[in-house]
Amino acid sequence: MASTPQNNGRSSNTRVVAWCLGGVIGMFGFGFAMVPLYDVFCEITGINGKTAGRYESTQATEADVNRTVTVQFTAQNGPDMPWVFKPEVRSIKVHPGEAITVNFIAENPTTRTMVGQAVPSLAPSEGTGYFHKTECFCFNQQQLEAGERVEMPLVFIVDRALPDTIHKLTLSYTLYDQKLEVPAAETAASESTTTNRNG
Amino acid sequence: MSAVADTHAQDHHHGPAKGMTRWLLTTNHKDIGSMYLIFSFAMFLLGGSMAMVIRAELFQPGLQIVEPEFFNQMTTMHGLIMVFGAVMPAFVGLANWMLPLMVGAPDMALPRMNNWSFWLLPAAFLMLVSTLFMQGGAPNFGWTFYAPLSTTYGPPSTTFFIFAVHIMGISSIMGAINVIATILNMRAPGMTLMKMPLFVWTWLITAFLLIAVMPVLAGVVTMMLMDINFGTSFFDAAGGGDPVLFQHVFWFFGHPEVYIMILPAFGVVSHIIPAFARKPLFGYASMVYAVGAIALLSFLVWAHHMFTVGIPIFGQLFFMYATMLIAVPTGVKVFNWVATMFRGSMTFETPMLFSVAFVILFTIGGFSGLMLAIAPADFQYHDTYFVVAHFHYVLVPGAIFGIFAAAYYWLPKWTGTMYDETLGKTHFWLSFVGMNLAFFPMHFLGLAGMPRRIPDYALQFADFNMVSSVGAFMFGATQLLFLFIVVKCVRGYGEKASAKPWEGAEGLEWTVPSPAPYHTFATPPDVK
Repeated sequence: MASTPQNNGRSSNTRVVAWCLGGVIGMFGFGFAMVPLYDVFCEITGINGKTAGRYESTQATEADVNRTVTVQFTAQNGPDMPWVFKPEVRSIKVHPGEAITVNFIAENPTTRTMVGQAVPSLAPSEGTGYFHKTECFCFNQQQLEAGERVEMPLVFIVDRALPDTIHKLTLSYTLYDQKLEVPAAETAASESTTTNRNG
Repeated sequence: MSAVADTHAQDHHHGPAKGMTRWLLTTNHKDIGSMYLIFSFAMFLLGGSMAMVIRAELFQPGLQIVEPEFFNQMTTMHGLIMVFGAVMPAFVGLANWMLPLMVGAPDMALPRMNNWSFWLLPAAFLMLVSTLFMQGGAPNFGWTFYAPLSTTYGPPSTTFFIFAVHIMGISSIMGAINVIATILNMRAPGMTLMKMPLFVWTWLITAFLLIAVMPVLAGVVTMMLMDINFGTSFFDAAGGGDPVLFQHVFWFFGHPEVYIMILPAFGVVSHIIPAFARKPLFGYASMVYAVGAIALLSFLVWAHHMFTVGIPIFGQLFFMYATMLIAVPTGVKVFNWVATMFRGSMTFETPMLFSVAFVILFTIGGFSGLMLAIAPADFQYHDTYFVVAHFHYVLVPGAIFGIFAAAYYWLPKWTGTMYDETLGKTHFWLSFVGMNLAFFPMHFLGLAGMPRRIPDYALQFADFNMVSSVGAFMFGATQLLFLFIVVKCVRGYGEKASAKPWEGAEGLEWTVPSPAPYHTFATPPDVK
């Protein structure tokens, strides 16, 4: 830092402004960088119950028959989502290491084709890293015709390394209307809602 | 001769221009400082009248005066206007007036940008306030504008709110750049960094905080804008986003923001207490380092605003301890102020009264902050009136009293006239009593479980709320007295002020005549 500041004149101001603007642009970028950083951080630590994507098992693991873990399933709808959405079984006892298939049921009771997306969350978050999905309807969007009903499979493995303190895992899905579909059906989509919506 | 003096030489005049153009086109730091201060006081009255609406509604249980929707707009607009319209511009105004005088510079380093950064503010707030008259009403989601309340469920005027935040953010950033350039480049010869007055130091650090976090605020409102209007899903779980992310990004801005509002006040009282205790400031260097430490720590504590969203135990512990750590440098500052007063020849003119009240009441606010920092206890206090009591205790007798103290301290320098001491003291005591009546009962209300931002409450909270409302009306009405005192002073009714009206005051600003001439320090002073 300059010790005889007033003699530096304009070039010095330009330098300070340039540095400051650099800081401003950098911090603006940092704000946006927090979005992917947050996702990566949550995925690594399992905070927030964000389960990872498709699990590729490197080798067939053996089930640990001496241990039993309860896995519970809950399903709910996002705002304005009219589908019927529920798990076929509410709760299942599994041995760590074995691959389990369960089904979720979704039904579109409306008179139009709709697209839904299920977003998973696992509790407790300490168990997130040990819950592997090899097949899940949540990896894709689901398109259902009017009145169509489907069974959607989920195949998962609870890791044998699951900490001993965890006896129960709860997997929750929230199903959201993606509102992407079929222009012809748009007219029916304008149901009134109780709250203001932007845009 | 510096670049800035050259700019002035081209202006072909030595006094202010006549008429409106003086104010529209001025590049003079004193004019711009005055405009900032006037603007911020206008916003203070506007935000204050919204607080009066809130307190009138809460005077009694039940809904009597305003609709709940409008009540929500009032709490939101009150917060936004006070934070961005009253407190921040007031400190920028003080910086404009005082920094060049304190470092012995003829003007701010970037005078034209200075003009621009001021005139963006009325535009921004015109846009923000105009949302009150729009269909669907003004923003109603609280000054923290959490998604999805502000995105999916916000009123149509949210987009105008976002643009207003962008504009005021640009204004703050330009102001901060100007402050940094002035302090780094415009100091008089001999004024080394560790000889700078504390108001200069605190503003330098505040300016760095502004540069670091205002862009993050701009980023978060830009994400909101895109979620609302362009179909992205930053904060919308339906599209893979996360509403909790909003809170992380917002509070990464929001926590340093609260220090942006308090650090310059630290600087102000660090001038006033030595002046009226007639002793040099105790521990100058430790004051500087404490401010730096507070500023650095402020980036590591944001999640203490969101303990209840379900962050893991390790995160809670980290943010809890980091938050408590801030009490250490803050404690250093409080002890230094007390040590400065200790065995001083103290007199209690109005600026000193406001400063002493600042030290005591800000400490109370700091302690309630420590209570809130305790993660397990925070689950009980979260979103109750205890939080409202806490941040009003740090902002009203903290930031606002700091601004009042500064105004009284430097009014003689600005206007050349002494303010009316009796009226000043009356203003202080009415503000002091009113403010404590208004906000102290809120601690009890919050501990008893009264939620914030709700227009109605359970019957058992009635008495404390009535006391609180009476105190708020008293505090609000008293500010008109301040307006009267300042106007009286500006119009020259009162004793003429000498160049140095306070016998214990130190600093270059007292070496120029009162009122300070339109151009000062054309030749840099010598600093020993």
